[in-house]
Amino acid sequence: MDKFYHSVRLDAALCKGCINCIKRCPTQAIRVRNGKAQINSKFCIDCGECIRICPHHAKIATYDKMDVLKKYEYTVALPAPSLYSQFNNLEDVNIVLNALKLMGFSDVFEVSGAAEVVSDATRLYIAAHDDILPLISTACPSVVRLIRVRFPNLIPHLLPLNPPIEVAACMAAEKAMKETGLPREKIGIVFISPCPSKVTYVKSPLGTEKSQVDHVLAIKDVYPQLLAYMKAVGDNAEDISTSGKIGISWGRSGGEASGLFSENYLAADGIENVIRVLEDLEDQKFANLEFVELNACNGGCVGGVLTVENPYVAEVKLKRLRKYMPVARSHMKKADEEYVPWTTDVQFEPVFRLGETMMESFSRLERVERLCKKLPGLDCGSCGAPTCKALAEDIVRGEASERDCIYYLRESLHNLSQEISGLTEDLTDQEKDGAGTLNLLKDYIKRISGEMTSLDNKGNQ
Amino acid sequence: MADVITLNYEISPDDFTRAGEASSDVKSKLKQLGVSPEAIRKVSIAMYEGEINMVIHAQGGKITVEISPESIVMILADKGPGIPDIDKAMQAGWSTAPDEVRSLGFGAGMGLPNMKKYSDEMEVKTELGVGTTVTMVVKY
Repeated sequence: MDKFYHSVRLDAALCKGCINCIKRCPTQAIRVRNGKAQINSKFCIDCGECIRICPHHAKIATYDKMDVLKKYEYTVALPAPSLYSQFNNLEDVNIVLNALKLMGFSDVFEVSGAAEVVSDATRLYIAAHDDILPLISTACPSVVRLIRVRFPNLIPHLLPLNPPIEVAACMAAEKAMKETGLPREKIGIVFISPCPSKVTYVKSPLGTEKSQVDHVLAIKDVYPQLLAYMKAVGDNAEDISTSGKIGISWGRSGGEASGLFSENYLAADGIENVIRVLEDLEDQKFANLEFVELNACNGGCVGGVLTVENPYVAEVKLKRLRKYMPVARSHMKKADEEYVPWTTDVQFEPVFRLGETMMESFSRLERVERLCKKLPGLDCGSCGAPTCKALAEDIVRGEASERDCIYYLRESLHNLSQEISGLTEDLTDQEKDGAGTLNLLKDYIKRISGEMTSLDNKGNQ
Repeated sequence: MADVITLNYEISPDDFTRAGEASSDVKSKLKQLGVSPEAIRKVSIAMYEGEINMVIHAQGGKITVEISPESIVMILADKGPGIPDIDKAMQAGWSTAPDEVRSLGFGAGMGLPNMKKYSDEMEVKTELGVGTTVTMVVKY
């Protein structure tokens, strides 16, 4: 599988070439070229910020549709804990779980149940590894991808345990095979996701060779259908839930950390805040921390771009829902242990390097410094890069030119028009060579129209 | 092509919110160069400590950074009070930071010791009432 697989993509037909996404992207992965946005697959971490900001809905998330259920004899729904936070006045998660079965799934396996297993495993791992503290949560795929490309010094601090979605998929597949006697390929494990980042995880996981999740549906697609089935379930839903407070809490920022029963943790949410924490962690600005929970979305998974409810309202709903729950209903059993640890390492991908070799990078960095002094420093985005510095980097990588800068162009047009007015003065002066001046004049006018043509082409392409 | 890239930073006095800006700018440039993660870690910790020191003790100052393909030289120059007893200042835990600075979580007496620990070469020139210049070198 492509190690830079992406679930966040561009619908070029809808893109107007505005600068909203290039300004919002936390890794400066987007450029507007020839009037359309382009996503650099090496820089992109599938956080979904561009989906949120695009006024033309030209950024899209790829995920599966309900008809994938038809491909299997037996299907298991894996609801994310954030799904429960989408409904008004929900007092019992069993209503959601039974409604999923009415909707067409053969069985349900709660990701929040597997989350409690991961919480158990994390506590044990922290206790046994006090030499590499703080450990950084690896539940948010966008955060792991960000660290992989930008924070090589923090890779050894990544918690090498599979996220609850993966552990749930392994446990659900095992259970389904045992109960039905069917081979694995006839069983469909389907995750109901709050974000595209999980789609990326399933297609191209980090920490494991191949994900046991077969398909990913979006909460926003499942939600409207599920509402109708929830009414049909009514108030006396069969108790099939396998999770308590700890598992459900994973759906919001701070939830994973609170399941560790330690005060020495930090939880940050929102990709810009996550980056600030990672920068400071890299500089060793925190002491005595055991665990760092990071979620790319504001509020945690409840803020995922594929959810329907406002993240902060969703958080309140999650809090109310957990109120009368037991602390936990799932615990790590001997049989689950094999599903939890990572089986592959995360490798540093130095995608932000300017050149292939140190010498090439060095001469390019020097050119970037010189270009930055020359460019206007307004970060207007008109060239298609988010900042003047980013344009300078594109220029030295050979992907853009100084003429892409609108101020550079304006200055050169200004200079040419000054030359022209000087020449017309000369023409009226009888003592000078009229024919020579006229030729020069022609040449300058040609250059002006040349600049204008290149500008038109840029806008129209 | 020049042999070194020279970067200049003004460190403003008494502004803890801006302390660390220079070191994080240098850090991002070293990442673009493809310098080893270990060397980047050393530079960012050593330079951040130095930057904080200049804010706490010396009313800011100037940092000159010379990046070459083999190493980085950081020259931190201030017109502060100077260091009266350099041997004591180099001891871990020794601090003259005032209480209001300590209440912010700084001034643990690890500034100079950490700068020494994370740089490959360090030289301190100090004169009472004139100022201090710390030169640190990290080789990649």
